[in-house]
Amino acid sequence: MADFDQELDASGLNCPLPILRAKKSLAAMDSGQVLHIIATDPGAVKDFEAFAKQTGNELMDSKEDGGKFYFLMKKA
Amino acid sequence: MSEKKMAIIATKGSLDWAYPPFILASTAAALGYEVQIFFTFYGLQLLRKKLDLKVTSLGNPGMPMPMPMPVLVQALPGMQSMMSFMMKNKMKAKGVASVEELRSLSLEADVKLIACQMTVDLFDFKNSEFIDGIEFGGAATFLGFAGDSDICLFV
Repeated sequence: MADFDQELDASGLNCPLPILRAKKSLAAMDSGQVLHIIATDPGAVKDFEAFAKQTGNELMDSKEDGGKFYFLMKKA
Repeated sequence: MSEKKMAIIATKGSLDWAYPPFILASTAAALGYEVQIFFTFYGLQLLRKKLDLKVTSLGNPGMPMPMPMPVLVQALPGMQSMMSFMMKNKMKAKGVASVEELRSLSLEADVKLIACQMTVDLFDFKNSEFIDGIEFGGAATFLGFAGDSDICLFV
């Protein structure tokens, strides 16, 4: 996975908390910076796609590994 | 991106039904929506300072039960409290946010919470029983916002 500027561990949290925490983290970041998100909620995969589409932030990567989900989100 | 709007009417005051309005409101706010929730009748319970929300299986055959239980047993004293306790524990174990947490996240995200003045008067509630940062209004207040909304829900 590419470099990132900040990391958010949303493991163990369920809908809608991973999205809300990601939104909060992104709000404190600069445009173009990348947030790495770790989640265990399987619903987060679709939710982060929808979040990116509706907020304009770019979902650079989304992958699953051993029951965990990893996302890279670039702030618009 | 022009701001979208979502309007919700929350009419139910039980633990389970507290979730849809606050989950949708907080998430929509995170997606950039302007959101208002109008709390009327039993929905007003969701705005109290001290939440004591309960869940019941009575009249709700869809509720998953840990073991089969005749309806008359479900109606015994203490059962409602026990089920609410079990539900809250289950939610905590599964990483589901509490209603209090979703409510403060909604307020933080500038979701406007409006208490129905008519129901407040009907039930003799005092404004001081409700959390700070809410407004009081009537049907016309809600419709003023709902009329321009992109999403409008009755929960």
